[in-house]
Amino acid sequence: MSATDKKSLAERLGLKVYSGVGNAGWGRTLFAAVISFIYFFPVFWIILTAFKTHNDALAIPPKFIFSPTFENFVAVFSRAYSAGAAAQDTGFALYFFNSVFIAGTSVLLALAIGTLAAFGFSRYPLRGNDTYLFIILTTRMLPAIVVIIPIFLMFRVAGLSGTYIGVILLYTAFNLPFTIWMMKSFFDELSPDVEDAARIDGSSDRRVFFKICLPQVKAGLAATAVFGLILTWNEFLFALLLTGVDTRTVPVAMAQTIGGDIGVRWGLLAAIETLFLIPVIVVTFMLQNHLLRGVTFGTIKR
Amino acid sequence: MSTIEATNLTKTFGSFTAVRDVDMSVGEGEVVCLLGPSGCGKTTTLRMIAGLESVTEGEVKIGGRVMNKLPPEKRDIAMVFQFYALYPSVSIGGNIEMPLYHLGLSAEERRQEVARVAEILQLGEVLERLPGQLSEGEKQRAAVARAIVRDPNCFLFDEPLSRLDVEQRHSMRGQIKEVLSGLSKATVIVTHDQMEALTMANRIAIMRDGMIEQIGTPHEVFSQPRNVFVAGFIGSPKMNLLDGRLLTVKDGKATIELGADSVVFPVPAAAEALVESHLTIGIRPRALEPVDSPSERSLTGQVELIEPMGAETLVHVRDEDERDLRVVLPRERKVKPGEVLHLACDLTQTHIFDDSGLAVR
Repeated sequence: MSATDKKSLAERLGLKVYSGVGNAGWGRTLFAAVISFIYFFPVFWIILTAFKTHNDALAIPPKFIFSPTFENFVAVFSRAYSAGAAAQDTGFALYFFNSVFIAGTSVLLALAIGTLAAFGFSRYPLRGNDTYLFIILTTRMLPAIVVIIPIFLMFRVAGLSGTYIGVILLYTAFNLPFTIWMMKSFFDELSPDVEDAARIDGSSDRRVFFKICLPQVKAGLAATAVFGLILTWNEFLFALLLTGVDTRTVPVAMAQTIGGDIGVRWGLLAAIETLFLIPVIVVTFMLQNHLLRGVTFGTIKR
Repeated sequence: MSTIEATNLTKTFGSFTAVRDVDMSVGEGEVVCLLGPSGCGKTTTLRMIAGLESVTEGEVKIGGRVMNKLPPEKRDIAMVFQFYALYPSVSIGGNIEMPLYHLGLSAEERRQEVARVAEILQLGEVLERLPGQLSEGEKQRAAVARAIVRDPNCFLFDEPLSRLDVEQRHSMRGQIKEVLSGLSKATVIVTHDQMEALTMANRIAIMRDGMIEQIGTPHEVFSQPRNVFVAGFIGSPKMNLLDGRLLTVKDGKATIELGADSVVFPVPAAAEALVESHLTIGIRPRALEPVDSPSERSLTGQVELIEPMGAETLVHVRDEDERDLRVVLPRERKVKPGEVLHLACDLTQTHIFDDSGLAVR
C-alpha cells in the first residue's frame, strides 16, 4: 500500500498532520518531549492553578488532582472586595481592552512606519547609513528605568500622561528600532533584479514597494509583529507610570490585584494570567508558519 | 524606430572604470551580442542602456532619443534578467501581465495579451502557478513572455540562457531567435557563451576590460579577428597562439621562426615593416593537417593527449619547444600517444599578429 492510499481524514481536509515520531526516532522524540515539558511546566502550572480553589492552590504537597472550579475566572471580572459585601465590577474587561488596543495599535503603527523606514534604509542609503541605524538602535540600549523619569516629566508637560495616545506613541517608539532593523535585513535579502525588472516593466517606486517587495517580506512582517506584540503586551514599568485609571493595561492591573485580606489570591492571579496568555498564543499560532520562515530567514543560502 | 545607439559610453565606480568609451549601434531588427569573459563590463553596459545604472560619460539613445537622464520605467524597454527576476509572490499570468498595467488596457485586453504570448511560449498550463513551482526552462520562457507581451522600443537580455541545461539551452536559443525575428526590434544580448553569441547574433561585440575589442558579424569576428584576444576568445577549441620572430620577407613570403621550426608563409605587404620583430601566429585547431613529410609550412610535434569529441578528435601535440598545439582531426584519422606528427597549416585560417597583438593585414 502506498503512502497516498492511507490518507487520514485530516490530510484529505488539507490539514497538516504531524506524525508522532517521524525520522527522529523514539529516543530523541522522548528527549525533546521532556525538555519541552520542563519549559512548558510554569505555564501548565498557572493554567492548573487558575482552576483551583484558594485552598487547593495553597495545598502542600501541590495537588495535581482536584475538582476544578471556574470561580477564579468569574472573580477576574466581578468579585466582592470584602467578606459579605456585594460583588463589584473589577474593571478587568476594560483593562483587557486597553491591553489589546494599545499593544495592537502600537505594533501596527511601528510596522507601518518601520517598514517604510527600513525600505528607505535598504534601498536609498544615506551617506553614513550605518551611523543612522546605530543611532536608532541606541534608543534601546538604555535600561527602561534610566529613561523613565525624563519620559514621565515630558509626558506630564505635554499632557500625554494617562492618555491612550501617550502610551501608544511611547510603545510605537519603543518598537520602531527593532522593526526597522528586522525589516531592513529582510529587504536586504530580496533580489534587486526583481525590483529592476518591475521598474523596467513600468512600475513606479510606490508600486515596486507595495506590489513587489512587501509581499516578499510577509514572513518578516509576521515575525516582527509577534516579537513586538509580546514585548508590548508584557510591558510593565512604563505602563505602571504612564497609564491612568482608564488606560491601565493588564500587567499593571494584575500587580494591583496582589494582596488583600486573605493574602495573595493565587487562583485569581493565575486566572488573569491564563486569560492574558490567550491572545499571544492565538496570534503566535496564527502566524506560526510565517514565523518559522521569518526566524530562519537568511540562515539558509539560496 | 527601434534602434539603440551608445556613444563613448563610460562607467566608473569610484576609481574603477567598468566600461570605457563603448561605441555601438543596434539597428531595427538587429541582434547584437555583447560577449566577453566575466567582469568585462558587458552587463554594466546593458544596465546603462536599461537605465538601471547611471551613465558616467557618453550618451545612450534609444529610438533616436537621448535617454541618459530617464529612469528605466520611462525608457519603454523590455529586459530579461539572468535569474529571470520573476515576481515571486505573483502567479506566472500576473507576472506576464505586469508590464501591461501602465498601458491603460482593460482587464479583458490584458488577459488576451497574456494568453497570446503564453501560447507562443507554451506557458498556457502554468499561468496560475507561482514562479517557485516552475522548472528552470519554464521560468526562462515566462521571463521572455513578460518581455515580449508589450511592444517596447528594444529588447535587452542579460545572460538569458546561463541557467539552463545544455539541451534546454539549444532549444531556447532557437526559440528566442525565432521570437525575435518576428518582432524586428533592436536587441542586445549579453552572454559569456560564444556559441550563444555566434548562433543568435547578427553582430557580436567582444568586450574585455570595459572596452569593445571588436564588433562585427559572427563570420567576421571568427575569420578576421582584429587582435590576439579576439582570436583566442572566439572559436572552440581555442586557436593556437604561437610566439615567433619574423626573419625575412621576400616576394610577399615571410620566413618566421617558431622555436625550433621555421615556417614560410605568404604575408600581406604590411608585414615588411615588422622584420626582426616578435609576433604571434594564430592557427585554428582545424587548420592543422597531418602530412607525411615536413615542409616549409609545417610544424612537428609528438601526440600527448587525445580527447574524442564525437565527430572529431581533439589531439594535443607537444612540439620540441614544449608548446602545446591543439589539433582537431576527423574521427577516422587514428593517432596514438607518442606518435610524431608533421602538421601543415592551412594558410587561409592562419593569422599573424604584431608585437602589440593587432592583426597584420
